[in-house]
Amino acid sequence: MLYFARWKIALILGTILIGVLFLLPNFVSESTRYGPDGRPQGVWSVLPSDTLNLGLDLRGGSHIVFQVDMDEVRADRLVRLADDVRTTLRNQPAILTAAPAVVEGRVVVRLSRPEDMEAALRRLQAINEPVSNTLGQPSLDRTLSIQADPDGRTIRVAITEAALEDIQRRTVTQSVEVIRRRIDSTGTTEPTIVRQGDDRVLVQVPGESDPERIITLVGTTARMTFHMVEANVDPGPDGQGRMPPGIMALPTEYPEEPFLAVQRRALVTGEQLVRAGQGFNESGQPSVNFTFNTSGARAFGDATAANVGRRFAIVLDDVIISAPRIRSPILGGSGMIDGGFTVQSATDLANMLNAGALPARLTPVEQRTVSAGLGQDSIERGQTAIIIGFSLVIVFMLLAYGFFGVASTIALIINICLLMGGLSGLQATLTLPGIAGIVLTIGMAVDANVLIFERIREEYRSGRTIANAIENGYQHALSAILDANVTTFIAAAVLYMMGAGPVRGFAVTLGIGILTSVFTAFVVSRFLLAGWLRYAKPKTLPM
Amino acid sequence: MNLSSFALVRFLPVETDFGFIRMRVGAFILSLVMVIGSVAAFFTMGLNLGIDFRGGTAIEISTQGPADIALIREVVTQAVPGDVQVQGFGNENEVLIRVGEADPETINALEGFSGLDSAQAQQAVQQLVRSALVEAVPGVSFERMEVISPQVSDELRVAGATAVLVSLFLMLIYIWLRFEWQYSVGAVLALAHDVIITIGFFSVTQLQFNLPTIAAILTIVGYSMNDTVVVYDRIREMFRKYKSLPTPQVLDMAINATLSRTILTSGTTLVALVAMAAMGGPALEGFALALIWGVVIGTYSSIFVAAPLLTVTGVRRDSGDRES
Repeated sequence: MLYFARWKIALILGTILIGVLFLLPNFVSESTRYGPDGRPQGVWSVLPSDTLNLGLDLRGGSHIVFQVDMDEVRADRLVRLADDVRTTLRNQPAILTAAPAVVEGRVVVRLSRPEDMEAALRRLQAINEPVSNTLGQPSLDRTLSIQADPDGRTIRVAITEAALEDIQRRTVTQSVEVIRRRIDSTGTTEPTIVRQGDDRVLVQVPGESDPERIITLVGTTARMTFHMVEANVDPGPDGQGRMPPGIMALPTEYPEEPFLAVQRRALVTGEQLVRAGQGFNESGQPSVNFTFNTSGARAFGDATAANVGRRFAIVLDDVIISAPRIRSPILGGSGMIDGGFTVQSATDLANMLNAGALPARLTPVEQRTVSAGLGQDSIERGQTAIIIGFSLVIVFMLLAYGFFGVASTIALIINICLLMGGLSGLQATLTLPGIAGIVLTIGMAVDANVLIFERIREEYRSGRTIANAIENGYQHALSAILDANVTTFIAAAVLYMMGAGPVRGFAVTLGIGILTSVFTAFVVSRFLLAGWLRYAKPKTLPM
Repeated sequence: MNLSSFALVRFLPVETDFGFIRMRVGAFILSLVMVIGSVAAFFTMGLNLGIDFRGGTAIEISTQGPADIALIREVVTQAVPGDVQVQGFGNENEVLIRVGEADPETINALEGFSGLDSAQAQQAVQQLVRSALVEAVPGVSFERMEVISPQVSDELRVAGATAVLVSLFLMLIYIWLRFEWQYSVGAVLALAHDVIITIGFFSVTQLQFNLPTIAAILTIVGYSMNDTVVVYDRIREMFRKYKSLPTPQVLDMAINATLSRTILTSGTTLVALVAMAAMGGPALEGFALALIWGVVIGTYSSIFVAAPLLTVTGVRRDSGDRES
């Protein structure tokens, strides 16, 4: 145990060197490490250049988890399915049915004549497409389950579990993309936007201490449509008036006319916009300017030409934000929305329109925001706690073990370097609980050394030579050290898997801390003591 | 240089010979009292659940100059319906405001809100509190804001409880693999004892019980296990060495042999934790206190509970050779 082959010495020193190299960037300013082009420069293009990756609770920022409202998406899908079923069956030669209805999560359609059953099922099978799997290839699963009732006249069409999963996966993926485009457009640096679980999206924005803006930016679906206003239909004061077919009542954003009746069919939709931007109207108020693509421009031009003098409504997420009167045909394919905007809200809306509509409604279910000032404060307090904890432990070890305490102190210093270097190298997120993990690691790291030293004392007392006692001490303490650390590691691993956010940071530091402590306490301190034995040739055990 | 004079202090007598096993009845009674007391406290006083597990809003503000907590409490209570707690936090110009989970119906009944679901209602509460404070407390700054919807807090509760149970189960399996089932039953009983008493500690002190507290409990599980394993490892070794000595005597020898290590390690861990509690600020204080309590209980349990339990589970003397 006390003899180290050359390659082992090289391995030990190499490990320490690598840890120190990964730690080094934390002591050098960013402008030294990175050139103006944002790339590592000089020696840093060869050496590791990443510093500790601080969590939002330390650098300040917002952490918001959004829930994707899949119920709405599913309900939407069923309505569209009912539409598809009707169109398919009405194709010439038409199969006569009652209007397909959505009942308990299925589309139910009743045939007028039972003898059409076979033909109807055949037609519906034709729209029953295979579900595309994750690789985009068709799989064996079908999107629909089509069942005929024993009464011989009713068909029930449901969306299969596999298809629903596929819809969910796409919806969440699309949401992540749209959110990324929206947040990027605000110029925020280093946002993190990732899927979390099956139906959630995690948005982390460092530095931003106003979570409301992000919530508005992400929580707005931004589905924009243009509809003709039906001035002759009275929506009633509460929007509950009876609407003729094809017309709906929508709430507005202004109190003078809380509801307006508009045509259900949209003239143009947000998908036909090519570009939107913030501008100012004639009276100097902030507005949103937009340009349609060719098809949108034609449709909008035709509609405005045919309806001069009438009003049209600009609808954002089922709310009318503006309902201007058409003074002359709008043929250029561009327009402007006035709607009592501020510069900020107009800019945000333009960005949202450019980024596209979200495929579903997103609701914030978890929001944690820390100001940069509090984060800095936490870092400072954490540093103080680490330094004081570290000094106290060293004093304790020196008092308890004298010279051997020096060996374990050196091991502890190397341990901290490796732990910090490991965190930097792995780019694991260091959170406030993570700092607590470091302090705890400092306290517990010496445990292995204590175990060994106590064992050495015991062996020495039972009459062995110093070398023999040290040798036996390390050997006999090994199994206890391993078992003890594996159990702590298990606890850290469970915490990592079950925990979220900051707590995960604690699990990471604790886990890495266990690995580095075992290495330094068992290998590094042994290496030091072996060297001491060799050169000092002690006669008695100095502890 | 003569290094042999370097050992400055002897914390402990070189060899101890305490009769721990003789004290086991007393220890078991003490443990039983603490466990029953903890369970009773849990059911009567409950836990002071933080918003991680309860849902709702927490806002930490700092004011210019000392904060007028009474005024802030009044402003917030006026602004939002529901359970409002306002307390000083850290410095005299720092205040923590917590608002319990808001019922969407009460929020929708307020002017300017309609059709909010439960997650949106929590967001609305946060907005209301913020705008009321901006108006009433000049120069207020929002240092930390957390809004947790009931949906997420339910999930976190389940995840937290699962994490503790899963880790206990994994420990059981690991000790079973490395030792014998008698050891693993003893170790896990001792762990459950630690966990229950720690929860009791949170119930009696009414310290806030939140997500980091679960982290603290799991760490205590790991730490206490660590201690127990060291003692068990020595017990197994002693059983192999002294085949003819009675079990209680061997257990005592093993506990005494590891005693100075147990105390030293607890000592270094405790000094580090005390540094954290004293210096880490209010955010880490509860976490550090939980760990300090846990280390004390964990150390006690590995000496007075885990090892003596082996006389109850009836460890087999001829076994345990698996490892060598």
